[in-house]
Amino acid sequence: MTEVISELQRERVYKLAASGTRSDGRTPEEVRPLTIEKNYIKNAEGSARIKLGNTDVLVGVKVELGVPYPDTPDSGVLSTGAELIPMASPIFESGPPRPDAIELARVVDRGIREAHTIDFKALCVTPKEKVWICFVDMHVLDYDGNLFDAASYGAMSALTCTKVPASKIGKEDYPLPIQHYPISVTAAKIRDIIVIDPNLQEEQIADARLTIATDENGDIRAMQKGLRGSFSYEEINRVIGLALKASEVIRTKIKA
Amino acid sequence: MEDVEHIEKKMKLIDENGLRLDGRKPGDLRPIRMEVGVLKRADGSAYLEWGGNKVLAAVYGPREAHPRHMQDPTKSLVQCRYNMAPFSVTERKRPGPDRRSVEISKVISEAFASVVFSEQFPRASVDIFIEILQADAGTRCAGLTAASIALADAGIPMRDLVASCAVGKIDGIVCLDLRKEEDNYGDADMPVAMIPRTGEVLLLQMDGHLTLDEFDKAFVMAKDAIGSIYEMQKDALRKRYAVTAEEESSDEPEQAPPERQAPLERQAPPEMPPEDMEGQH
Repeated sequence: MTEVISELQRERVYKLAASGTRSDGRTPEEVRPLTIEKNYIKNAEGSARIKLGNTDVLVGVKVELGVPYPDTPDSGVLSTGAELIPMASPIFESGPPRPDAIELARVVDRGIREAHTIDFKALCVTPKEKVWICFVDMHVLDYDGNLFDAASYGAMSALTCTKVPASKIGKEDYPLPIQHYPISVTAAKIRDIIVIDPNLQEEQIADARLTIATDENGDIRAMQKGLRGSFSYEEINRVIGLALKASEVIRTKIKA
Repeated sequence: MEDVEHIEKKMKLIDENGLRLDGRKPGDLRPIRMEVGVLKRADGSAYLEWGGNKVLAAVYGPREAHPRHMQDPTKSLVQCRYNMAPFSVTERKRPGPDRRSVEISKVISEAFASVVFSEQFPRASVDIFIEILQADAGTRCAGLTAASIALADAGIPMRDLVASCAVGKIDGIVCLDLRKEEDNYGDADMPVAMIPRTGEVLLLQMDGHLTLDEFDKAFVMAKDAIGSIYEMQKDALRKRYAVTAEEESSDEPEQAPPERQAPLERQAPPEMPPEDMEGQH
């Protein structure tokens, strides 16, 4: 997943970041505008189309009856997938999910799962036999940087408006019980500069990436470092601080 | 087994005395044993036992990258394949890459990418193969630690070795190097890999629940353990490559390196020597 970047552009983006501004006019600690449109797809039990800057992600949740895992016989199941479809970027190709898509899906899944976002017990129909399974499918429509956060906000937004279709089994539909609102914030390190919510240009020249999911209490629920570069302990703590700060506004938007 | 009874009773993972299922204190590592140069065909290899984990790592390259369009004209690729043997876990794992192993392969590749002097080998690939033969939690850290000395064994120029260890939280207490039962019933798990000399973090993942204070504590614990593992890695390499005084004074002009042999057949003692295990901390 690479595009050739000119040295001039590399230098320009870095110099801008080093001077405290960015190519799109943000400060290093500023997240791009986030718009959320819930219930976008009629046939999905929950859905949301979200735009983070120009990054555009559509998430659909399908809720279907299935068999629980043997080690959690009275819990529903969460299954997360991501597709980087070729329309979203010249560097995406069709075919089975590649490591980038798999990492994306697993990082989003981890943030949601580890924060106990969904009350899985409320998704049990018959213990050991029948539970509701939530399939969260993330469709990237336009890739302009920071898919980790965009997909995560999309998934959270879609889950908050998901209805469990219990009428299919002669009961009443009920909203998917959401207990927590973990928010993922990703930082990119460009040489010695750290910016959050990197746009495409920044992501292309970033040395390292760090995604942190935090909950309402300010606790850490999931982390993932990526790319070739490294972070020092101090830098990790700085990113945690930035993530906590940025997460509040986003959480309010997703809850709304 | 008394461990199993312990779990069934109340899944209490830490007893009144603050000791864990296997008698470790929160900051103790499991026994670790590693050996360099264990495979004949690979350019570099290592075998590592870490608690109940048994891991083989092999390195091929630098060799021409395939397929051709993957080649980078400015540097070599560093590609890792992490794979679990179907019999390595309690319930048979379907052979081949699943989503978990694809992700682990990716983060390990990235961790090594900036350590290898890849600019020296344009269009080439350094291929790292990690096979988990027996799994008992912490396999990615074990695999990465083994791969690091296999890279050194292959003579791949690197900035330093990379060492790795996981920290977690069980029964509300931050503990080093979780084993399987602790991982399954614990509250958090955080694998970390670093360049031990500089403290640069090359791999960091976390799932579960940690407060900011707990994160700090966990990180320091992992960093210390990584320091001890780094020493073990260097010892293992010395054991393979150090030339004894006797050999040096021998009359033969060029001493051939000792024949590599597969320890799985001949050398590896089935049980670990106890003196290697305790007091890593």
